[in-house]
Amino acid sequence: MADLINLIENWIENLLLGWGASQELTLFILQALGSVLVVLICFAIVIALIWVERKLAGRIQDRFGPNRAGPFGIFQSFADIIKIFTKEYITPEGAEKGFYNVAPVLAIASVLAIWAVFPFAVNVLGADIHVGVLYIVAVGSFGILAILMAGWSSNNRYSLLGASRSVAMLISYEIPMVVSMLVPVLLAHSMKLSDIISAQDPWWNLIMAPLAALVFLISSMAEIGKAPFDLLEAESELVAGYHTEYSGMKFGMFYVAEFLHQYTVGALITIFFLGGWSGPMAVQWPILGFIYFHIKTFVVYLVISWIRLSLPRIRIDEMLNLNWKFLIPVSFINLVAVAIADRVMLEFEVAQWIYVGIMFGLNMFILLVSLFLAGKASPVVERETFPANRPVAVPPGAESK
Amino acid sequence: MVPVLVFAAVSLVTLGGAIAVVTNKNVLHSAYYLVLAFVGIAAVYVLLEAPFIAVIQVLIYIGAIAILIIFAIMLTRRLMSKDMEQRNNQWIWSALGALALFGVLGWLVYNANWPVIEAAVPKEPITLMGEELLSTYVVPFEIASVLLLAALVGSILIGRERDQESRSAE
Amino acid sequence: MSIPLSWYLVLAAALFSIGLYGVLSRRNAIGILMGIELMLNAVNINLVAFWRYIDPVKMTGQIFAIFVFTVAAAEVAVGLALVIAIYRNRDTVVVEEIDLLKE
Repeated sequence: MADLINLIENWIENLLLGWGASQELTLFILQALGSVLVVLICFAIVIALIWVERKLAGRIQDRFGPNRAGPFGIFQSFADIIKIFTKEYITPEGAEKGFYNVAPVLAIASVLAIWAVFPFAVNVLGADIHVGVLYIVAVGSFGILAILMAGWSSNNRYSLLGASRSVAMLISYEIPMVVSMLVPVLLAHSMKLSDIISAQDPWWNLIMAPLAALVFLISSMAEIGKAPFDLLEAESELVAGYHTEYSGMKFGMFYVAEFLHQYTVGALITIFFLGGWSGPMAVQWPILGFIYFHIKTFVVYLVISWIRLSLPRIRIDEMLNLNWKFLIPVSFINLVAVAIADRVMLEFEVAQWIYVGIMFGLNMFILLVSLFLAGKASPVVERETFPANRPVAVPPGAESK
Repeated sequence: MVPVLVFAAVSLVTLGGAIAVVTNKNVLHSAYYLVLAFVGIAAVYVLLEAPFIAVIQVLIYIGAIAILIIFAIMLTRRLMSKDMEQRNNQWIWSALGALALFGVLGWLVYNANWPVIEAAVPKEPITLMGEELLSTYVVPFEIASVLLLAALVGSILIGRERDQESRSAE
Repeated sequence: MSIPLSWYLVLAAALFSIGLYGVLSRRNAIGILMGIELMLNAVNINLVAFWRYIDPVKMTGQIFAIFVFTVAAAEVAVGLALVIAIYRNRDTVVVEEIDLLKE
């Protein structure tokens, strides 16, 4: 019972070998089955996440969320799915047919392909490739291509404008995301995701590299297009950005891709900075590792939703300024400082707690210095103040004191 | 048998994409087919047991260069204009020349006696590559970084908009 | 090693010839750049294939391929900046019309 997933896998393998299939065919069928299972779990998770998001948004905004479709509105997501399935596909005239239809598929395929390298437990891995970290970044860039494809092939000026703006933002924010992703790689001396999780053994990377975690959180929120970076779908400015002309299940694919990307970013933060599947008794009972992974990912998802529902949208020039003038220098300085500190401390063979303490202190020092410098750089706006007992609403004809 | 089938499929995708790049009337569609060719080439690298190069190929070529090319195409077309003839008037001769080159090269490499050895790929390829980059090949490494800096500064300077004064002076 | 080395080299030669045809016969400047990218990719396939089949112990082939990636990226950046600058001045990207220094 403790090792449920491997138990099921061994049972299927023995069954297939008993039927006379060769070893390679058995391996292939098992891997295909595993990937189909991961995709199905992802879609099931997204259905639950849409409900959680809407209920949470309602409560934070001091209203009930959906509460009509079933007790506490649990069946709201299913109602949405049925509605999206039965809507008509309206293709705009002059749209380039092939690429118009491929774009939503590419968008969701690029997010699902990231799940191939995640370690869910100590012995439940998809593909344990040597370059896991780079693979994640590389596959994420297919989503950017999908947005460009969608924007251009819709034959709509606003779609193209929205797509260009969002791609400019996405490729700008890829740089601090990749550079801050390299800090856990430096601390673990390997690019394999399973090694990164094993290197966080007593202390999570959140303690050893908090600045990298913060930069990664901010740039990932820009990558998935959640507020305050939700230019991609600025409803009041661009109709709906690059997915204006999509209806029915094609829009449903973009929608699911957005929620799944948010959950995937939560999973990435869990693996890189919160220790992945580690927790009490996770090595002896792998099924607990699977559960810890999803609990931590869900907590990070809630944090991202919380930030999204609390902050207003920032302008595109402020956003690009934030990226090029603050996040990129901070992440590069962080990377160089962590690399030097790691090498120096390895030479001197310091104890574990001194290592962790120095890393934490270094990160906090860089964060405080950079915030201080950023505060100096932006001018303070003089606010006009009014006297305290100014009459607010005076009826016409009355005297004002 | 299976590796041969996989190689045939991958090379079909790559060559098909490449031919579509050079013969398509719409230059934006050729850019999309260029992405397809890059994906096929990344699959070739995976077949050659070089996963690092495959991932770098997707990251640099598809994630940066293809997006840059598509942006440049979008910026240099009058919006939704009619397409014009894409082949210039010497395309027959260039096709014959390319075919002749392929004939000569293909015959040469197919019949040459390559000193193939049956060794296995090293266990820690990335560690080995990092060590070699910083010890044996450190000079090309530093020169490559200077080259990238020069390209960065140069392309920003060349591509930036002239302000109003210099535009009216020209 | 069930796939002989010469197959990879023939694939690279075919890709190179297709890229060469693209460079010599396209009218759009960006189309020519795409042909150049195909040629550089063909060279990379050659390098990695030689690394795998002739000397997989040292990583020389892969490092050479990484340098070719770097140079290709730098060249595309500068080339596209040039194309955009020319488009701003001459309002065309057809290379046959950009054949005089002064109009």
